[in-house]
Amino acid sequence: MKRYLLAACAVAALATTPALAQQKTVKIGFISSFSGPVAAIGNDMRNSFELALDHLGRKIGGLPVEVIYEDDQVKPEVGLQKTQKLIESDKVDFMVGYIWSNVLLASLKQLVDSKTVTVVANAGASQLAGELCSPYVFSTSWNNDQLPRALGTYMNQKGVKSVFQIGPNYAAGKDNLDGLMLSFKGQVAGREMTRWPDQLDFSAELSKARAAKPDAIFAFYPGGAGVQFVTQYAQSGLKGQIPLYQTFTIDELSLPRLKDLAIGVPGVSHWVNDLPNEANKKYVADYKAKFKLSPSFYGSQTYDAAMLIDAALKETKGDTANKDSLRKAMEKADFKSVRGDFKFGPNHIPIQAFYLQDVVKEGDDYRLKTVAKIVDNDQDPHVGKCKMPN
Amino acid sequence: MLYLIEQCLNGIQLGMLLFLLAAGLTLIFGIMDLVNLAHGSLYMIGAYFAATFAAATSSFITGAALAVAATLVVGMVLEVVAIRRLYGRDHLDHVLATFGLILFFNDLVRWIWGPAGMSLPLPMEMLTAVEVLPGVFYPAFRLVIIAATLVVAVLLYILVMRTRVGMLIRAGASNREMVGALGINIKLLYTLVFGLGAALAGFAGLMQAPILTVQIGMGENILLLAFVVIIIGGIGSIRGAFVAAIIVGVMDTIGRAFLPDLVRTFVSAGAGSSAGPALSSMMVYMLMAIVLVFRPEGLFPATSK
Repeated sequence: MKRYLLAACAVAALATTPALAQQKTVKIGFISSFSGPVAAIGNDMRNSFELALDHLGRKIGGLPVEVIYEDDQVKPEVGLQKTQKLIESDKVDFMVGYIWSNVLLASLKQLVDSKTVTVVANAGASQLAGELCSPYVFSTSWNNDQLPRALGTYMNQKGVKSVFQIGPNYAAGKDNLDGLMLSFKGQVAGREMTRWPDQLDFSAELSKARAAKPDAIFAFYPGGAGVQFVTQYAQSGLKGQIPLYQTFTIDELSLPRLKDLAIGVPGVSHWVNDLPNEANKKYVADYKAKFKLSPSFYGSQTYDAAMLIDAALKETKGDTANKDSLRKAMEKADFKSVRGDFKFGPNHIPIQAFYLQDVVKEGDDYRLKTVAKIVDNDQDPHVGKCKMPN
Repeated sequence: MLYLIEQCLNGIQLGMLLFLLAAGLTLIFGIMDLVNLAHGSLYMIGAYFAATFAAATSSFITGAALAVAATLVVGMVLEVVAIRRLYGRDHLDHVLATFGLILFFNDLVRWIWGPAGMSLPLPMEMLTAVEVLPGVFYPAFRLVIIAATLVVAVLLYILVMRTRVGMLIRAGASNREMVGALGINIKLLYTLVFGLGAALAGFAGLMQAPILTVQIGMGENILLLAFVVIIIGGIGSIRGAFVAAIIVGVMDTIGRAFLPDLVRTFVSAGAGSSAGPALSSMMVYMLMAIVLVFRPEGLFPATSK
């Protein structure tokens, strides 16, 4: 009896398959970090993606959508494993996410070989912009060295003559410290790379910085480590003596914990919550209303990723099978980015403006504020190494 | 030279912190023969308590005192509810059960305080560097950590070496059965020792909280170093834990401060800046391996069992 029932079910399932194909569901695999101290970043990205789907009426490109979230635990090997699972067993149409450059680089071959259309929503490994660029991989963020390069320009304007660099010893740490030197004209008074991600006490490095007597300290510490670095910098008594400049270290996620300690530490971003375009106003206001938190730049990039996929699918009329037409549609990037103007370079990295941002206190609230545009239409320096097939 | 002094202070400060963790760990290991992986969870709980109480009372010191007391209570309750069932069992059972406790505490903290973590801000006057020697500036709060831990170490020494409870603790470490046979309430003694260990871990957590902030899982990395300390120092020996903690702390810091530059003189700058941090993080484990080969019982073994 049981066997007949099973057979009947199988027949029924087969019979309904064509009907399902017409109501095709777009499957999106989403890799981020949802556990440990950096879970706040993953949650911000997921919140923003979900908000984007809300704004799109829980559809993408007019089709029903299913998002499968996976946690990379900040480990390259886990990220690769989850990427394989999403591509091979879930058979997703798109991949989105990736916070960490080293996790992305470990998973990149899998993404490229399977021709899965991927939107990287944070990780800006320089290799991705250069020799490892792929027709199917797009970024809604930046290349790691663009932010420090813009910051270096600002430091030149401020007359900084020597800098002590501190950052974590992994792909993005190297990119950021090198990136500053693309534009900074002064001397390097020292360069320290710390164990990542488990070293959170920077006493030895801050002592070195004090001994080197530089004009400024430059730090790159994303996620929770940024809170620790800025706190220890303030505790070391260096704050009044050697000014700190940073990239990715102070954001909306770390600000509620840093509070006054973050005031007076300038940074650079391609997106700030107060950018005055309509898409951004709607994103920030609805995010705050729905999640009772302020979105961060991680979230803004993920919101853009959803809008980019939506625009491309509308262009291809929901077709995800023809990878070449889908790629062309993605390259058009015909959507309203929350950062304002958005277009892709030939290596699928955005060409965009970068802003100087400052921390301000309003009542009991701390927030980031746009001060000035440092560079416009900035393109990453690795684009020449990218041989993008047509 | 002045710079070397500052780096040594950094090393001693790390050593002091490791001592606070290792002292509780080695007491519990030495006396109850219990491998307690959840010691790092008590460190985390202490930090969360301190952040909560300090925010509620707007005083760092009141918050800290309440947090130590609360962690002591949590430790004693934990001993009565869970740990007591593990004595006399295989070490593998200890590892499994206390690893389970780590997961339990992490999720409990996530449930109570949320996933985002907390800060324990210092009073503004602590955000400076003090001139400890002419030309040597050192962060004020890190000096406070060194001083407070030294006081705790002296108190612990007096407690263990000069009081009746301490005598029982030492007796328990060297011959458990005999202490029980002499009519001592060994159950109560164990609960007290576990509570003491928990309070020390909680104290370490709250002293570290202003520097490293308060996060879920914050005790897991540092616990590894604390285990290295008790292996080098000799299991069950407070004196060993103190000396080994300072050796490990100074070695780790000096390694981080000087090894990358040293490596850079031999290999290219690029390779050196990657190899240096990797090599310096290996140094304490190499020391542990050497100690295990030549003095498997540690540098200052507790008196024979």
